[in-house]
Amino acid sequence: MGQIDMADKLFDKILVANRGEIAVRVMNACRLLGIPTLAIYSTADANAVHRRFADESVEIGPPPPLQSYLSIDKIIKAAIENKCDAIHPGYGFLAENPLFPDACEKAGIVFIGPSGKSMRLMGNKVEARRKMVNAGVPLIPGMQGAGSDLKSFEEAAEKAGYPVLIKAAAGGGGKGMRIVHEKAMLKESVEAAMREAKNAFGDDTVYLEKYIENPRHVEFQVLADNHGNTIHLFERECSIQRRHQKIIEETPSVALTPDLRARMGEAAVKATQAANYRNAGTIEFLVDTKGGFYFLEMNTRVQVEHPVTEMVTGVDLVVEQIRIAAGQEISEGARHAVQRGHAIECRIYAEDAENNFLPSSGDILYYEEPSGPGIRVDSGVTGNTKIGTDYDPILSKLIVHAPDRNLAISKMIQALKDYKILGIKTSRKFMIDVLSHPEFRAGRTYTNFIEKNMAGRDDGRASLSPVAATAAAAALAQKPAAIAVGMKHIKPSPWQTIGNWEIGMRCAR
Amino acid sequence: MFRIESKINTSSDFYKENDKRNREEHALFKERLDKVKQGGPEKARKVHLERGKLLTRERVARLFDKNTPFLELSPLATWDMYDNEAPCSGLITGIGVIHGKEVMVIANDATVKGGTYYPETILKHARAQRIAEENRLPCIYLVDSGGIFLPLQSGVFPDKDHFGRIFYNQARMSAMGIPQISLVLGSCTAGGAYLPAMSDETVIVRKQGTIFIGGPPLVKAATGEEVSAEDLGGADVHCRTSGVSDHYAQNDEHALAIARNIVQNLNSRPKFELDMSEPEEPYYDPEELYGVVPYDYRKQYDIRELIARIVDGSRFHEFKELYGITLVCGFARIMGYPVGILANNGVLFSESSLKGAHFIELCTGRKIPLLFLQNITGFIVGRQYEAGGIARDGAKMVHAVANAQVPKFTVIVGGSFGAGNYAMCGRGYFPRLLWMWPQSRICVMGGEQAADVLATVKIRQLEKEGKKLSKEEIDEIRKPIVEKYTAESLPYYSTARLWDDGIIGMTETREAIALGISMSLNQPIPDQRYGVFRM
Repeated sequence: MGQIDMADKLFDKILVANRGEIAVRVMNACRLLGIPTLAIYSTADANAVHRRFADESVEIGPPPPLQSYLSIDKIIKAAIENKCDAIHPGYGFLAENPLFPDACEKAGIVFIGPSGKSMRLMGNKVEARRKMVNAGVPLIPGMQGAGSDLKSFEEAAEKAGYPVLIKAAAGGGGKGMRIVHEKAMLKESVEAAMREAKNAFGDDTVYLEKYIENPRHVEFQVLADNHGNTIHLFERECSIQRRHQKIIEETPSVALTPDLRARMGEAAVKATQAANYRNAGTIEFLVDTKGGFYFLEMNTRVQVEHPVTEMVTGVDLVVEQIRIAAGQEISEGARHAVQRGHAIECRIYAEDAENNFLPSSGDILYYEEPSGPGIRVDSGVTGNTKIGTDYDPILSKLIVHAPDRNLAISKMIQALKDYKILGIKTSRKFMIDVLSHPEFRAGRTYTNFIEKNMAGRDDGRASLSPVAATAAAAALAQKPAAIAVGMKHIKPSPWQTIGNWEIGMRCAR
Repeated sequence: MFRIESKINTSSDFYKENDKRNREEHALFKERLDKVKQGGPEKARKVHLERGKLLTRERVARLFDKNTPFLELSPLATWDMYDNEAPCSGLITGIGVIHGKEVMVIANDATVKGGTYYPETILKHARAQRIAEENRLPCIYLVDSGGIFLPLQSGVFPDKDHFGRIFYNQARMSAMGIPQISLVLGSCTAGGAYLPAMSDETVIVRKQGTIFIGGPPLVKAATGEEVSAEDLGGADVHCRTSGVSDHYAQNDEHALAIARNIVQNLNSRPKFELDMSEPEEPYYDPEELYGVVPYDYRKQYDIRELIARIVDGSRFHEFKELYGITLVCGFARIMGYPVGILANNGVLFSESSLKGAHFIELCTGRKIPLLFLQNITGFIVGRQYEAGGIARDGAKMVHAVANAQVPKFTVIVGGSFGAGNYAMCGRGYFPRLLWMWPQSRICVMGGEQAADVLATVKIRQLEKEGKKLSKEEIDEIRKPIVEKYTAESLPYYSTARLWDDGIIGMTETREAIALGISMSLNQPIPDQRYGVFRM
């Protein structure tokens, strides 16, 4: 039956405190372990896939997250009333709120993730950096605080090595930022940055750190159990970002040599141990072009991009999370995992790539996922799903696995082309353009990839040939029936929307 | 559509009293339901489980898609009959979904007297088949029955609507293209053997299911041959040798999985389509029904208050609001489905009957399902009304109801008395489904009126003989009649005898109707034809 023996059941029932694709993903892991699941849903999600996918479900409140998916009290209450002995937070929402594990502990419910204490530590950037320095994990060299005079800037620049970056403490949006390539330019640049910062933020405090040219975002997946095992499951490169949000992730990273990978992995394990961390986490690094790497922060949850790691290592990370939370050891398979082949993930958002990536909403009229060997779709939607603007616009994640990077890119492009989502705008076409770009093929994936390579791209709409348009119009005219079937909005039957229901259920006093 | 404006004061004594008593009534209903849902006696259930079988409710639950509704039919059949030794009449029937397809399940409960058929079990089985036939629902029989309950054979075997009817229904439905699927999860002996044998596809569980025309004791008596039940009619015999069964299952779970696979391959037709709108919760909380609807059906209230708490957005497009005001007619939506509602707001007059007939014609012409909300003491009586032709106008409405080809649903929300029951689509008018509310009553007339009528007849008789009755003597005649009528008009009395499809709670009525409409659309709505309206 594909399930393990019930005698090994780790928990009686797990409440999945999330929605969308990650809720479905977690429930899948629970199914593998033979653990029943309870979905929570806001009134906006009464017809959502995650609700239907669970064994049971409870309504948790109105659409605003604060009154539903972010309400610790309501979630704990639902867990108690429905006899759940564990909660999986997914990512986002309450996943990194230390009050949530605290509340679970108070209620005698197992939180599948790190302790509130670990979350607090890693959430405090200053404290986290201090811990990392002590543990010997490299940070971006630079000043610890604001510079007082030119001399302190000069000393710090000398120590970090040129080029350096002058940044406004109150900063943002590139204002008050100056790149300095040599000592002669330092004085002038500091003064200019201070002026700019004063004008932009009303505060002329600036500081200095090493400037990383063409950086890449590379993170390491870590696991730690209560039996003294702390391991890493290699890296994920997540450099393709827009508006500081990752959109394409892959593993292995083309930037890592075996030696660098080993050193970074060791640093990730050290960082995890230094934080006395348990369960699954991610150590984020910035990697420069010369093989230098620097700790950025630690994510104390399962990452959106965790599937690429799963594809190349064969480890089910959510299963590992549940097992660790139940007090078991990290599995044999995970402890001896190696990287096999290459995996890429594309996040499919409900957004308009032609209109500054603004979220799009509406009804999905037709939905068909690509399939085939090495193609995985983690989805929170289906046909007839209403996409509102109440929540994060992620619809699904498309993941491919192939023997090498080139094949993986080709497979992903093909899978994206086969992915049919009609009725709302998605980032699908944009993804195809990114993956098809020669710079991407060449592995020159730096964090500025989108601004540098994708600005002013042609989405192909303007160049639609008149012949093609005429042919399409003719086809429409000839086959009205077929078009009507495809376009028709079929409302789901109450048998699909009511959920668990039987006569007499609501008659208790 | 405009929203109904509620005029209810939820802090009035009337509201509070109703709320309290209706909730009590619902709690009682739930208590009884929970009791019969346990199935047979504990010992029988233990033996059943020890044999590695699943309890019937568990079987039904595993058959259907997870986290989907189960619209059970008449769970309180045989309630308060036969010393309550046959909970649910030993048979669970109802509608659920498999791979998104609505199906009828008919499942014996072997923990109740070996799953044998009482007279009400037959009624319940045949009713489920009738619903399946009217709505084109594939039938899945979970067979685990010893056949007829022998002590009551005269009420089970010989007549046209008795045991034999079940197989007749199977044959006819199969011919109509309504799939008949059997899972042999226990014994199917004698007549019972035809249940799987008459099915389109049959699954049998090894070392558990048996099918034979004559069991081992009968074989021994007839021919002297000694044979075990498994060797005589087990899974191996029927899957490998006789061909009586098509699929071989290892256990209950496996058999249920196979049944799901069978349904996946039925090549179901698309359903009839109605113009659906976006489903919307009622604007007024359905929980307020407890306080809005009088606990005592004799108390007057505005039925629109009830409608407002059942329909989408509490929106109601009323028809002829100012004419024939004792019958409220109008269009609404229930979970997105369009419905035409006819609801009583007093006794039926000529005008209200004409209005009802007119409205039914509108709905049948537009192919909109009809919902009857019954709270009716009858048609108006008296010389003036008879002369005005109330019988003729009442007949028009009865004619329209009887011939309406759209799916009809009836909920008895208060009293259901006399000819009003007919005009408002009572059981005899074949609504696709008919439910009663826990506080409702159904009877040919009220106990007091019946006692008056019968006492008057008796007094006249005695007067002819020159005798005169004292008040005490009259009361003596009246008392047993009132008591009998009071007991027999309870919904539990009705539901025990399969006069309805079950009792449902006020607040779950909305879902039940929506599920019912969805189910009914498996049968295309034909073009309407009427007979002769008496003008």
